[in-house]
Amino acid sequence: MIVAPALSVEGLSVDFRTRAGMVRALDNVSFSVAKGETIALVGESGSGKSVTAYAVMGILDPAGRVSAGRAVLGGLDLLSATPSQLAEVRGREIAMIFQNPRTALNPIRTVGRQIADVLIRHGNVPRREAPEQAVEMLRSVGITDPGRRAKAYPFEMSGGMCQRVMIGIALAAKPSLLIADEPTTGLDVTTQAVIMDLVNDLAKELGMATIFITHDLALAGQRSARIVVMHAGHVVENAPTKDLYEQPRHPYTAELIAATPDSAASLDELASIPGSLPDLRRTDLPPCRYSERCPRKIAACAQPLPHAELDPGHMVACWHPLPKRPKGATALGAPKVSAA
Amino acid sequence: MTALLDVAEFSKLFPVGGPGAWSRLKRRFSGEAENLPKVYAVDNVSFVIEKGETVGLVGESGCGKSTLVRALTRLIDQSDGSVKLGTRELSLTPSREFARDPDRARIQMVFQDAGESVNPRFTAFDAIADPLRRLRNLQGKALKERVELVATQCGLPLPFLTRFPHQLSGGQRARVGIARAMAVQPDLLVLDEPTAALDVSVQVVILQLLQQLKKEYGMSYLFVSHELSVVRLLCDRVLVMYLGKIVESGPAAEVFEHPLHPYTQALVAAVPRFGDNANGRLRLMGEPRSPIDPDPNVCRFYGRCQRGTDACKATMPALRQFGARKVACHFAEEFLPPSIS
Repeated sequence: MIVAPALSVEGLSVDFRTRAGMVRALDNVSFSVAKGETIALVGESGSGKSVTAYAVMGILDPAGRVSAGRAVLGGLDLLSATPSQLAEVRGREIAMIFQNPRTALNPIRTVGRQIADVLIRHGNVPRREAPEQAVEMLRSVGITDPGRRAKAYPFEMSGGMCQRVMIGIALAAKPSLLIADEPTTGLDVTTQAVIMDLVNDLAKELGMATIFITHDLALAGQRSARIVVMHAGHVVENAPTKDLYEQPRHPYTAELIAATPDSAASLDELASIPGSLPDLRRTDLPPCRYSERCPRKIAACAQPLPHAELDPGHMVACWHPLPKRPKGATALGAPKVSAA
Repeated sequence: MTALLDVAEFSKLFPVGGPGAWSRLKRRFSGEAENLPKVYAVDNVSFVIEKGETVGLVGESGCGKSTLVRALTRLIDQSDGSVKLGTRELSLTPSREFARDPDRARIQMVFQDAGESVNPRFTAFDAIADPLRRLRNLQGKALKERVELVATQCGLPLPFLTRFPHQLSGGQRARVGIARAMAVQPDLLVLDEPTAALDVSVQVVILQLLQQLKKEYGMSYLFVSHELSVVRLLCDRVLVMYLGKIVESGPAAEVFEHPLHPYTQALVAAVPRFGDNANGRLRLMGEPRSPIDPDPNVCRFYGRCQRGTDACKATMPALRQFGARKVACHFAEEFLPPSIS
């Protein structure tokens, strides 16, 4: 099935000016997300997940600069778009859910008004009807008694409710692409499940493409069709979820899966990943930024990174990928914990 | 054998609100009886921790985990109930005085984010040395030796001891927090989400470190977390809290395999699993009941529970024992696995 991508990021590189010189935070990042598809960007902190989202949204920190690449959304390259073009697209075509709903919401405006603002600015809703539609939006994100809640300030609501409001704001103008940056970090697991259900359901209803950024591989595996694994500003593996879990080909992905507590039967079975992210300020960074931690390093790793498509739709940036395993075996060969 | 920590009928209530600041002041000075509504943060909780045991405490935010833990570690005073550490009754000593008590060293705590809980003007060395100076009266060479030994055991390279918290990575800070707490060789280490802010790869190392330290020193752990997958791996026994009450307890593996209380069932169902279809799972809807002066006859979970019968709002279910497990639900029998019933 070939669907025209809703967003296609090609060769995106982002540099940050720091006191120690230029740091290439993203290096040649490419991926795409189709209409109605949910993909997950997964990686440890510092891997460049959020920077990717910020670059696409055009809200990079002033110290950061896109040095190469394109991000095409419906024929428009977001990275070379003028500020006024971007302002048209943001909110209407792409929306973002931020990590901490409490700090991302405006503390001195009622949540109903914050949703109404988006409706007026991006949703072509007449000013007079906006408050009423904002209440409807609150209802559709599952807030009970939305009429009363619309008049509440963010501090009067629980974290889960604030996140629902954020989702309401993001989806008010029915965007075609939603970027959710760790939408459930800091929420309880029970709330997390409900919020993720909500995002998934609304995405399906609106036919939205969703980019879901998380450090929780298990959550990404449960909620997305495709996973893009990032490490130190590189995309190291990009594969359908099932393939990635059963057949991780990049050594880093395999280690990440082995470190996820979800998959292990005992603590001893969990494997830690040796070393840490390389210092990106270094001038002598090897082409493969994982090679210094990698147990499978070979001489070829000193060459520029390959972007090999090992199986249809399974991209790996590695010279010495793990061999394909027989079908059915999981990454660890360990039995999965049964769901109660 | 007496348990290491025996908590019985333990409660912590916080008075809230009142009509206004003025009438509150007036009431305070007129000496009238305090009749303010109260938040039942921890309500009549009893449990024991044996020597060398790792007990997990799970529950959603606002359920009273942290209040319970802070009262147990004597950072705040309880409203009612007793806490026995071995044979010593701790609840008789006000928390203010306990800071200088010889038994202070026996219960230590690792806080959630070591970046926030370590004094930013203390180097890693000072942070680890502080409890040793105060509680063990160590000085000079002996102090230095002890700090270096503990740091090494916690996997903190010695050159890092001169660094300030902001110069350390998340994993290293977590190590400082653990080293500081275990330096005085406590009997009970209370860990409040020690890995919440860490990446999975670092989390693994810290969890394995904790397990190894426990083996070496025979400490008991009370491990507070909302990450069930971690609790399952680290803990022998687990306590599930909901709105100030313990609703279920038992061996960790059993509780997660066959949760008996509807809240635990929802909790287990909410844990994301790789490649598993999230559709049709048990979901917890709505908000918890108000913890302010709750009706003592209504089950705390009533309203969010799928079941919610008339019996649930007529009588508060008591914590009943089934083999090694305890559950506070009228309908626990229906979920009992054949091995228990």
